[in-house]
Amino acid sequence: MLYAILCYHDEAEVMSWPKEKDDAVLAKRAVVANKLAAQGKLGPVARLMPTTAATTVRSGREPWVIDGPFAETKEQLLGFYVVDCANLDEAIETARELGRDEHGALEIRPLRLFMPGSQTA
Amino acid sequence: MTDLAWIDGVLRASRPQTVSALLRYFRDLDQAEEAYQEACLRALKNWPVNGPPRDPTAWLIMVGRNFLLDDVRRRSKSEALPPDEMISELDDAESDLAERLDSSHYRDDVLRLLFICCHPDLPATQQIALALRVVSGLSVKEIARAFLVSEAAMEQRITRAKSRVAKAEVPFETPGAIERSERLAGVAAMLYLLFNEGYSASGGDVHVRVPLCEEAIRLGRLLLRLFPSEPEIMGLTALLLLQHARAAARLDADGGIILLEDQDRSRWDRKLVDEGVALIDKALRHRRPGPYQVQAAIAGVHAHAARAADTDWAEIDQLYATLERLQPSPVITLNRAVATSKVKGAAAALALIEPLAKPLAGYFHFFGLKGALLMQLGRADEARVAFDRAIALANTAAEAAHIRMQLDRLLRDIKIPQ
Repeated sequence: MLYAILCYHDEAEVMSWPKEKDDAVLAKRAVVANKLAAQGKLGPVARLMPTTAATTVRSGREPWVIDGPFAETKEQLLGFYVVDCANLDEAIETARELGRDEHGALEIRPLRLFMPGSQTA
Repeated sequence: MTDLAWIDGVLRASRPQTVSALLRYFRDLDQAEEAYQEACLRALKNWPVNGPPRDPTAWLIMVGRNFLLDDVRRRSKSEALPPDEMISELDDAESDLAERLDSSHYRDDVLRLLFICCHPDLPATQQIALALRVVSGLSVKEIARAFLVSEAAMEQRITRAKSRVAKAEVPFETPGAIERSERLAGVAAMLYLLFNEGYSASGGDVHVRVPLCEEAIRLGRLLLRLFPSEPEIMGLTALLLLQHARAAARLDADGGIILLEDQDRSRWDRKLVDEGVALIDKALRHRRPGPYQVQAAIAGVHAHAARAADTDWAEIDQLYATLERLQPSPVITLNRAVATSKVKGAAAALALIEPLAKPLAGYFHFFGLKGALLMQLGRADEARVAFDRAIALANTAAEAAHIRMQLDRLLRDIKIPQ
């Protein structure tokens, strides 16, 4: 079975970490990730840019674009895509296309870090 | 990682919201700070035992508020006239506290707190010092070090600034749209000054000043989380990120300035660059250009060039022309002249800056650029005069050293009589 593990943390706190602290946390996680990678069990890994870089596309008959992350509590996170776009406009267009004729939201978050992974299954 | 280190991070992150919410309740900066301190002390005692609360900021506000409320009640028993007005207001506040703790309600609180710090009566350095003390929670000692003054002098400066803003009576009602956008503009200008205070430093004190840049970015991101649709706040944050991305490449081992075109671009922080570019992208969609956005776009063009030779100077020239229209200033024209010299040559650039001689008569960079352009045109004698003037006007040892280096090159290459 493939699992996604989603990372949640207080953004303001994480962004306040000094570089040494941030590096230490990443190094600690890398130990686990490297072990998984050696076993061929690690899929793609991504670190997102802060929510300040986010844009949300509300789909529906008239899709609209909102600055910032998806902030409602009515809907739940059901999936994600990683796409390579030239700029935000193209990413928004892609999200619109994906969400066509639905009632939901697609949050666009640029990636700060991406590793394609070594999962073999 | 010890428990205390973890708590420290949480306290630091929630400080702006907590202090500004407490300020709304008590309308007094010193009381709000005192309540915050008390809440932090209790957090340090309570959290290691009971674990962290679900919403640490809400916890801190509640504890700080109750502490001050008790204090007010205690005092009201010993004093003849209880401050009824204050207590009834606080009771009202309690009933809707949970609701108000939604982050959308913090935003005017935090903005007000920052805005109070940038009161127009305060000189820029006092605004920054006050914001660092009250909003960021830096110690007086840390701030004093960053400003290269004694702790006692800084203490006095902050106390004076506080008493001045206490008399300013910034209204506590939720601001209207115009009021809000004026406050945002004032706060943005203050964050820009804060960043520059860290950025313009050179030489031995650079390590002390880098935190100022980081703090400006942190507050920029905070503002952006609270006001997610303001293109100028996106632009400002992008500008700070893009400039800070070059931090590791802009000074040599001796603290000398390395010009943009000579910097080792592999040392630029790619993550900060990417985030800055993402924010410019967001801002431009609003089609409401402003000075911060344009400056960020200029920094973005530089960041886009893998080597200095790849820089799209025509684009930069255009962007500076836009900036001149939005915010006419001789300094901007001077910056534009650098781009112009690359696109149209040194003579065209010199023609552009000649009218600036009077307004920029005391400006180091004017004479630095003038000297460099004259040097390119082979007018060595005049170049030397300009460089000499630049050295006389240099603000830091690194600036003077940089001009001296150019002067040496001039003397070596052109062999003008000494």
